[in-house]
Amino acid sequence: MGLIQEIDFGTPASTSEKQVTLTVDGFTVTVPEGTSIMRASMEAGIAIPKLCATDMVDAFGSCRLCLVEIEGRNGTPSSCTTPVAPGMVVHTQTGKLKDIRRGVMELYISDHPLDCLTCAANGNCELQTQAGVVGLRDVRYGYEGDNHVFKKNDGVENFRWMAKDESNPYFTYDPSKCIVCSRCVRACEEVQGTFALTIEGRGFGSRVSPGMHQPFIDSECVSCGACVQACPTATLSEKSLIQIGQPENSKVTTCAYCGVGCQFKAEMRGDELVRMVPYKDGKANRGHSCVKGRFAYGYSTHKDRILKPMIREKISDPWREVSWEEALTHTANEFRRIQYQYGRTSIGGITSSRCTNEETYLVQKLIRQGFRNNNVDTCARVCHSPTGYGLGQTFGTSAGTQDFDSVEHTDVVMVIGANPASAHPVFASRLKKRLRKGAKLIVLDPRRTEMVKSAHIEAEYHLPLKPGTNVAVVTSLAHVIVTEGLFNEAFIRERCDWDEFQDWASFVALPENSPEVVGKLANVDPDLIRGAARLYARGGNGSIYYGLGVTEHSQGSTTVIAIANLAMATGNIGRKGVGVNPLRGQNNVQGSCDMGSFPHELPGYRHISGDAVRDIYESLWGVKLDDEPGLRIPNMLDAAVDGSFKGLYVQGEDILQSDPDTKHVAAGLAAMECVVVQDLFLNETANYAHVFLPGSTFLEKDGTFTNAERRINRVRKVMSPKNGLADWEVTQKLAQTMGLDWNYQHPSEIMDEIAKTTPSFAKVSYAYLEEMGSVQWPCNDKAPLGTPIVHVDGFVRGKGKFIRTEYVATDEKTGPRFPLLLTTGRILSQYNVGAQTRRTDNVMWHSEDRLEIHPHDAENRGLRDGDWVRLTSRSGETTLRALITDKVSPGVVYTTFHHPDTQANVITTDFSDWATNCPEYKVTAVQVGASNGPTEWQRDYNEQAEQSRRIAPLQAAE
Amino acid sequence: MTMQAASTEIASRTAAIIHEMKGLEGPLLPILHGIQEEFGHVPQASLPVIAEALNISNAEVHGVVTFYHDYRSHPAGRHVLKVCQAEACQSMGSDAVAAKLQQLLGIGFHETTRDGSVTLEPVYCLGLCACAPSAMLDGQVIGRLDDEKLEEIVAEARS
Repeated sequence: MGLIQEIDFGTPASTSEKQVTLTVDGFTVTVPEGTSIMRASMEAGIAIPKLCATDMVDAFGSCRLCLVEIEGRNGTPSSCTTPVAPGMVVHTQTGKLKDIRRGVMELYISDHPLDCLTCAANGNCELQTQAGVVGLRDVRYGYEGDNHVFKKNDGVENFRWMAKDESNPYFTYDPSKCIVCSRCVRACEEVQGTFALTIEGRGFGSRVSPGMHQPFIDSECVSCGACVQACPTATLSEKSLIQIGQPENSKVTTCAYCGVGCQFKAEMRGDELVRMVPYKDGKANRGHSCVKGRFAYGYSTHKDRILKPMIREKISDPWREVSWEEALTHTANEFRRIQYQYGRTSIGGITSSRCTNEETYLVQKLIRQGFRNNNVDTCARVCHSPTGYGLGQTFGTSAGTQDFDSVEHTDVVMVIGANPASAHPVFASRLKKRLRKGAKLIVLDPRRTEMVKSAHIEAEYHLPLKPGTNVAVVTSLAHVIVTEGLFNEAFIRERCDWDEFQDWASFVALPENSPEVVGKLANVDPDLIRGAARLYARGGNGSIYYGLGVTEHSQGSTTVIAIANLAMATGNIGRKGVGVNPLRGQNNVQGSCDMGSFPHELPGYRHISGDAVRDIYESLWGVKLDDEPGLRIPNMLDAAVDGSFKGLYVQGEDILQSDPDTKHVAAGLAAMECVVVQDLFLNETANYAHVFLPGSTFLEKDGTFTNAERRINRVRKVMSPKNGLADWEVTQKLAQTMGLDWNYQHPSEIMDEIAKTTPSFAKVSYAYLEEMGSVQWPCNDKAPLGTPIVHVDGFVRGKGKFIRTEYVATDEKTGPRFPLLLTTGRILSQYNVGAQTRRTDNVMWHSEDRLEIHPHDAENRGLRDGDWVRLTSRSGETTLRALITDKVSPGVVYTTFHHPDTQANVITTDFSDWATNCPEYKVTAVQVGASNGPTEWQRDYNEQAEQSRRIAPLQAAE
Repeated sequence: MTMQAASTEIASRTAAIIHEMKGLEGPLLPILHGIQEEFGHVPQASLPVIAEALNISNAEVHGVVTFYHDYRSHPAGRHVLKVCQAEACQSMGSDAVAAKLQQLLGIGFHETTRDGSVTLEPVYCLGLCACAPSAMLDGQVIGRLDDEKLEEIVAEARS
């Protein structure tokens, strides 16, 4: 296997189309104009010595090791900062250069500890390598005198020496090993965009400083790991690397957190994971990462992880560990019994957006072929189902229109109801990079998020709209575009139906959609709406990125349609730098939707009522498929409460914590006779389960994830499943136990079946992915290389469809009893319900959910920062601690939902999107008051959870 | 005054200075000069206020402040005496000058006398090489230093 070595070209690639030819050490090389001599040499296979250069950041020219001689030019310019020129003749190795390099290296080494044998970077240290490369044999200056290396000089405290900073849970900073090459500082600035590091002091006193000479954990650092990756020495090292040692084999795999789909090299020593290093060829992340993907994988070996199957008769019983065979036989028997007793449609399943495409496909296949009904749904129900509906209706595809690279070409970005800096950090870094180069930003969000203003970026317009008024505000933007004649008539006439446009235009032009009227009900200055609309329409390439702040509303689908209308009206569709892009929450939420997880759709978004589509599967699976859509998650729970739905197979989703109205979910689960939970941990849903099937992590299986840009990325197995079986094997064994003839030997065979039956995946196979790295669907004979940008020459549905978007205020309204609006979101260090991130050191950054409240509202209620507060809605109440901040507007409160103790969804109501049932998480009328501690519900809940997690001790063998 | 109140006080005085200079091109250095003038040094508590106002990071402000020796982290004595230690002055005996001054004042470089009258600092070239060795007392340069002049300077500074 071996370790995957990526070539470091020293400086970033040039995007110029003009080619330049030069000679390096007698070899001719042709590169794009603007390429550095260093990179051109590397292209020719000649590695010029370097220390401060690396291709993730711009050239800096400080180390003076990469000097070259150029015929006809004076001196010895640095090859990293000197661009190539036509006909240039470069020499990289001359007597003069050798002397200079040795001299430079001698100085570096004279202030560097010589503890190479016990150093964490031993075997992978660029300083060591370069010392070898330049032929350093002697250090004439010795190691005495002024230095940063030793704690004491001749028994006297050395004031230049600094102790290791171990404050970050994942990496250490050892200043004594620093060569001040600034790579970390530049990575933090250029790649991550946080600017948390600087060089303090000057000359010999220069050193890297997090924040204002603070420990890393107290500085502005977001622990993305870019600095650690950039460091050429052991100064910044992963703690896991220090503890374990250098890795010896690696595989490229895909992160299992958010929908950005970053690719990583999982670097291993044997079957122990040493570290995750972002992969430069990863098309979504381009070598970058965030604190979750880079470091928060410790959950995979956490002591809470369940590795043995378990069953119990009643949910009040303790769990009993059993063999796989017993667990699966029990499950199969129970499901068959329930179907016999209560009917074919009395059971169903939920596919996981955390599992692979192949696993999701198998679960829906089990339900359709084995359960013989369509009672399958997925967690996209509670996040992006309106995206599927809205974009499907208007454009014809239920997915984003662009690839992530597109952001590099955008001029105006509108971010609606999303906070990528927290939820999609790697995309946020790429967006910030573009913003620093001059693109303009418009943010529609009730909160002043990090995207609105942070170091070196500031939104041109922030529309702090009242939660629940998205449709009104987005339609109002359209009003300005239409009434001020800013629409793109040529585009609309060519790509859309002109009559439909005119109908829509006459609707949006109505006075009730004007910024002046809408501004009042949304609490937004009308001038901001006008300004934002003009900027989006006229500012060049306009792109829209949106998140759950758009979809999780009673009018979620309507807002998605309104966004699509906006893009069509301005012609911002079908090329680089534009488009409509949902920021998907989960690693494979796109894939789980693609794979036919919805009760009304077969894989590839083909409606179950279509005879031709059913034919394909009926002939392959040898069964007659139900042509009626099955139950959605809320319907399953309703039916359970009514007594007609009795069995559920839940793979990798915690519906009790993540679905709205926790009490209703609990009641539904409690009413079922067989709840099967397949997960890594005894999650909250498992409190109501009768069978627990241990799941496997993304490190333990082969498969594919599809990210928010429709990119099918490979997931590669780097260790064997600790629970014994990969998730796809568990589903397959369950199917076999239920009598189905499944015989997949490897997930690639499942993908082959998907490709065979789904036109948009026709050309996808593991062999093809191996060759291409990744592809974006549709990938078939029409688009053999995949489709980075859709709707290029025309909309997939034919003509783009303008649809009227009437604003209907949600029924969830504030009043005297519930005067505040609660909206929810995420934080950088935690992920969704936190089942994984809470079981890592990420809790150092966010150990509890807090309620953000404006100082004005807090003062009215006599609340101080950190006080316990009671949060009450029409549905229920919970308690948590207050965080007083003016990031939220008066009248709005905000919390995250990462911790089960908080139970934020006890508060949320069961209102949902009119088209898709996506719950209205983002608007709940609440009251906030002082509290002494947890509510009765929280206490009861915790007691029940504790009771239901008991595992009976094993009986001694007789 | 409590710590909290002190830093609030610093923040509000800092904000006033920023408000005055924010419109300048490259406003960071002028703001820092203004702050040093106001407080006699650049208090750490003013750094985040500047960062927020200029929309840069705390780290960046810290990097700039620490790069320039003239920005102090603590208030200086009533007089500041800078002695040139650069090459030309070295060749004319600035080492001995420094030693003499340290002996007369009873302090080392970067230190302030106990009575708060003088802060002694090295400086690397005052542009007065032709009159080396040289020094600067409170912004006034003095050339061709000898023992007599040094005693005069110290006497004046301590008065």
